[in-house]
Amino acid sequence: MSSDSSSGGSGISSPPGRRGLIAFAWVWVGVPLAYGLYELVQKATQLFTG
Amino acid sequence: MSPPVAPPGWSRWLVPPAALSVHLSIGQAYAWSVFKPPLESALGLSGTQSALPFQLGIVMLGLSAAFGGTLVERNGPRWAMTVALICFSSGFLLSALGAATEQYWLIVFGYGFVGGIGLGIGYISPVSTLIKWFPDRPGMATGIAIMGFGGGALIASPWSAQMLESFGSDSSGIALAFLVHGLSYAVFMLLGVLLVRVPRTEKPAGDDGPSAVDGPQVSARDAVRTPQFWCLWVVLCMNVTAGIGILEKAAPMITDFFANTSTPVSVSAAAGFVALLSAANMAGRIGWSSTSDLIGRKNIYRLYLGVGALMYGLIALAGDSSKPLFILCALVILSFYGGGFATIPAYLKDLFGTYQVGAIHGRLLTAWSTAGVLGPLIVNWIADRQEEAGKDGASLYTLSMFIMIGLLAVGFVANELVRPVHPRHHIPAPASKEKEAADVQRQQ
Repeated sequence: MSSDSSSGGSGISSPPGRRGLIAFAWVWVGVPLAYGLYELVQKATQLFTG
Repeated sequence: MSPPVAPPGWSRWLVPPAALSVHLSIGQAYAWSVFKPPLESALGLSGTQSALPFQLGIVMLGLSAAFGGTLVERNGPRWAMTVALICFSSGFLLSALGAATEQYWLIVFGYGFVGGIGLGIGYISPVSTLIKWFPDRPGMATGIAIMGFGGGALIASPWSAQMLESFGSDSSGIALAFLVHGLSYAVFMLLGVLLVRVPRTEKPAGDDGPSAVDGPQVSARDAVRTPQFWCLWVVLCMNVTAGIGILEKAAPMITDFFANTSTPVSVSAAAGFVALLSAANMAGRIGWSSTSDLIGRKNIYRLYLGVGALMYGLIALAGDSSKPLFILCALVILSFYGGGFATIPAYLKDLFGTYQVGAIHGRLLTAWSTAGVLGPLIVNWIADRQEEAGKDGASLYTLSMFIMIGLLAVGFVANELVRPVHPRHHIPAPASKEKEAADVQRQQ
């Protein structure tokens, strides 16, 4: 996730000041998604064990 | 509200989490079934009545995406995400009031009507912006967001169930659960509102990548007058119909299919099958949509529709002879179902440009609403007729499978008919670029 550009496109690398914000934003959405995936895997295993 | 233009150095990798915060929230709609049994017992409702908020929500999703797309394009993603946040969250708060006072109509109105507007506006809110930020990988970018819509139900389903278990399944417990949902989703979606930025139109020095405004641009009004739009409408409708036919009836279908074999499927195993289908649906959204950036949009839909038909054929021919084959084919079909949803915005961008791609996408989602009725109708109606005719097991679904193959073949032909849009529909290039630059200046 290093490339960025304020105008879109595949452009230039991300300034260090934004990296903390990028990490925070991805953790914000990543943690609930990981919880959902964990619950899903728990349930899906029932197909093979149930 | 003016959409803020990204300052120099703003990372485009902040935009997908902004989009995900909205899509992971509104994807809760697919977990509505968690509230059905408690509502039925607390308010004395029938199964049909308790499904009303969800059904109205999906209708409003289609309508608000179709008719609100132009407003979203005009006012920008921050405005759209704010509207989505207010409507979706208010829907829950109204429902909380409805449950607390045992006024069911307020739950239908709140969750279905008000919340449904939030679903539609929220669904299309980040699409155009993501495509503009990622002109080199539009399939991957929209795949991330639209994967979030699938992921929303995965989060909400266990979360809502645990909440109801803690608060109780009576009307006050349901009201408290709705209240917590409304407040939590408002906070969660706020990240999207705060982070979303539209890209600047000029390219920085040294950036040789594709620009968001490269290529022909077509307005939403002109796009719906082109055969390409209607070909894609048919493609999406057929692909979704084929997937939803399995998804909607997955648990009874696998149980019926292997009922007459030596290894019938238990209730918990059928629930596991449904969960696995959800995983395939989600994985298809990000996986296949990203692949479309490499092999092209037309080719990926050839795969969805052609191989999808082949998978249905294998299920129909193999019958109940092989459970692993049935599961594998169903997983592939569901991954194509998800992929079809996630790839369509990038296909629209290829044909109509980025100028009003969000509005065009909103109009195309009417194909989803149509398929949402068509898919379950075909599978359920045929299964019921076959049962009346004395059939059981896999033969309940054989005819449905062949109908799905036919529908996928129609979609395949429609995809083959897609050609570049005739230049008479294009907005003159300098005019469209000037229009986008003027929009950005107005926003600043």
